[in-house]
Amino acid sequence: MAPRRFRTRVPLALGAAALLLSGCANPSTGSNTDDPTKPVTLKFWHGWSAPGEVEAINENIARFEKLHPNIDVVSTGNVSDETINQALRAGGGDAPDVVTSFTTNNVGQYCSSGMWVDLDPFMEKSGIDKEKVFPKTLLDYTRYEGVQCATPLLADAFGMYYNKDAFEAAGIARPPRTMSEMKADAVKLTQRNKDGSLKRAGFMPNFQLYQNSPDRMFAQWGPEYFDDEGRAKLADEPKTEDFFTTMRDLSDAQGGYAAMEGLRARFGDEMSSQNGFLTGKLAMHLDGEWRGLMLDEAKADFDWAVAPLPVPDDQADTYGRGYLTGTVAGIAHSSMHQNAAWELVKYLTVDTEPVVRFANAIHNVPSTFEALKSPDLDADPAFRAFIEIARNPHSQAVPPSNNGGQYINSFGDFSQSVEAGRTKDLHRALKDLDDQIDADNVQSEN
Amino acid sequence: MALSLSTPAKSAGRATDPAPRDSPLRRKRNRERLRNLGFLSPWIVGFSVFFGYPLIATVYFSFMHYNQIKAPTFVGLRNWRYVLEQMPLFGPALWNTLWLVVVMVALRVVFGLGIGLLITKIKTGAGLFRTAFYIPYLAPPVAATVAFVFLLNPSTGPVNEMLSWVGLHGPNWFNDPDWSKPSLVLLSLWGIGDLMVIFMASLLDVPKEQYEAADLDGAGAWAKFRYVTWPAITPIVLFAVVTGVVQTMQYYTQALVAGKLASGVSIGPGTVIQPGYPDHSTLTVPQLVYSLGFQNFNTGAACVLSLVLFAIAMAVTLLLMRKSVGLIPAED
Repeated sequence: MAPRRFRTRVPLALGAAALLLSGCANPSTGSNTDDPTKPVTLKFWHGWSAPGEVEAINENIARFEKLHPNIDVVSTGNVSDETINQALRAGGGDAPDVVTSFTTNNVGQYCSSGMWVDLDPFMEKSGIDKEKVFPKTLLDYTRYEGVQCATPLLADAFGMYYNKDAFEAAGIARPPRTMSEMKADAVKLTQRNKDGSLKRAGFMPNFQLYQNSPDRMFAQWGPEYFDDEGRAKLADEPKTEDFFTTMRDLSDAQGGYAAMEGLRARFGDEMSSQNGFLTGKLAMHLDGEWRGLMLDEAKADFDWAVAPLPVPDDQADTYGRGYLTGTVAGIAHSSMHQNAAWELVKYLTVDTEPVVRFANAIHNVPSTFEALKSPDLDADPAFRAFIEIARNPHSQAVPPSNNGGQYINSFGDFSQSVEAGRTKDLHRALKDLDDQIDADNVQSEN
Repeated sequence: MALSLSTPAKSAGRATDPAPRDSPLRRKRNRERLRNLGFLSPWIVGFSVFFGYPLIATVYFSFMHYNQIKAPTFVGLRNWRYVLEQMPLFGPALWNTLWLVVVMVALRVVFGLGIGLLITKIKTGAGLFRTAFYIPYLAPPVAATVAFVFLLNPSTGPVNEMLSWVGLHGPNWFNDPDWSKPSLVLLSLWGIGDLMVIFMASLLDVPKEQYEAADLDGAGAWAKFRYVTWPAITPIVLFAVVTGVVQTMQYYTQALVAGKLASGVSIGPGTVIQPGYPDHSTLTVPQLVYSLGFQNFNTGAACVLSLVLFAIAMAVTLLLMRKSVGLIPAED
């Protein structure tokens, strides 16, 4: 009797558990049938947290509300991607309608998972030709496999800050344009303490330093990460080995990895007054356009300027390029007011005046063609240098992937292993890295 | 208590003829069962909601591809193969976790017991010392970690500054892959107050007459510890080791905060920082679970990793319990 009962009850219990589990696993989905002219309250989550940034975004929101008196926007700042992810997965009434992300790495994931809705139908309804509004590189990092689930909301360009006083003292007339020039300049700019340790590095290529993630520096080589079928091709890309060899040479010429790490360990926090560049411990430094405002605010006690990062010697004609990324905006899949949400997204990312105003306020690169050529843009030369980098046709972003830029993390881990000298056979290791990236991508596919 | 009430009734039922459906004996037994279930219900509900369901869900999702948005799809053993064969960070994370389990738990027990012994021997000002050693434990883990990263800052931290006074060149602590885990151990030893209190209670519980008898036999301090104190506190040591192992298997916050702070990279909404700085030396399995499940939307693989961790924790605990059977004296 008991075994029969057992036989009946166990499958029943398991079936019930599976039903329960799968039932719990489906978050709510939203609707795009709302009328954007009807009164509505939109929840807008963003990542800006500095007082000036928050003030700037709030001013933009206030102007939007004036233009759309029926839409009330409740804005929440300092929200990370992870918080947004959790809210959208859980769904419910408190989840946001309009969301932003400060990293483009996750866009592929948002588009492929359906977490952020496809904006193409909204653009079509509004008569917007996206190819004419947004530069291609920016469009590329806001879509994945044909799904345009985000729009660019200002961009970040990466270039090189350099200490003009140090350059002058070392007798260097202009910033380097090629990697061999950079190596020669870095050696001249490097200074040592009495005990032989580094006092100042000309340029620190170490990948764990602040914004130095390897994909940013690698952009100077113009690499392709994937082939046409989406398989990783870093081992087959000659630029990859050249990149690692150049970085290694750059490090060795200034004392080697260990000496560099010794210096890096003595830097303070990136955003503090103990920042390595601000304290004069770095003569050249990879960073984004926002650093200029911070150097001004911190009243750096040396003269500084901005130039594009150098390029490989055999690609000298591409000088002026840089790595691009940026903030992106989208509409949550669970939003019940997607048409009204689109009005806000459109205002923040497409309309020239708010884009320019916001770009000037927080010193980010504008993300539309119209805004980039606007006469109202800030004329600060350091800021303008980044706009030129963003405009450069060779500038590039990393391609989106369906797993939140997992391949960039794998590439980062790999790069740290190479720079620390733990990778002996670079080509073999790159093959393994490609296999790893492919395995990660397959794992993320449904 | 519940068992002692129900067991005799059950065995009585088996030994004799089954009671009729509405007999007073059966009604009484049913009432007892219901009452017992009533008393047990808070535990049953808690166990089901906070352990049973999550465990079943974890097993279920370990065979599913699930990004927490679209409905899960069955993928068989793919997640298991991915975690165990294809994920390069699994090895370092497991190694770091086991390293911390062995070193941190052992040192915490030794230090906790040592301080407990010391304080129980102090005649005057014991309260002051107890407070001094216990207060750090009350500090929230994040605050304590922030303080330690500041103290051990290779450039501006007071620890290296003091070491330089005596001509020593301090290490790079949290910034050096060889020193980052020992730095975490130092942080855990600083907050030893919880273990110290437990050990103190057990030490004060050792019968004084046994020490008096040992004194009469001419036992020295070591002999008294070896033959009187140790046998009496062995169950508490076992408790400390088992709970320590389980806690350290779940080690997450301090390693994550220390790594992020020491890296110097500003932590803002747009910053993507992988846990484990520097060079994955502080990456633990729970951090990897979080990273897989909540950063990469890879719920299935995260569940596999959780189950592996659960299995290891269970195995280590069972092993410890079995090995300790001979150490713990039988109750009178």
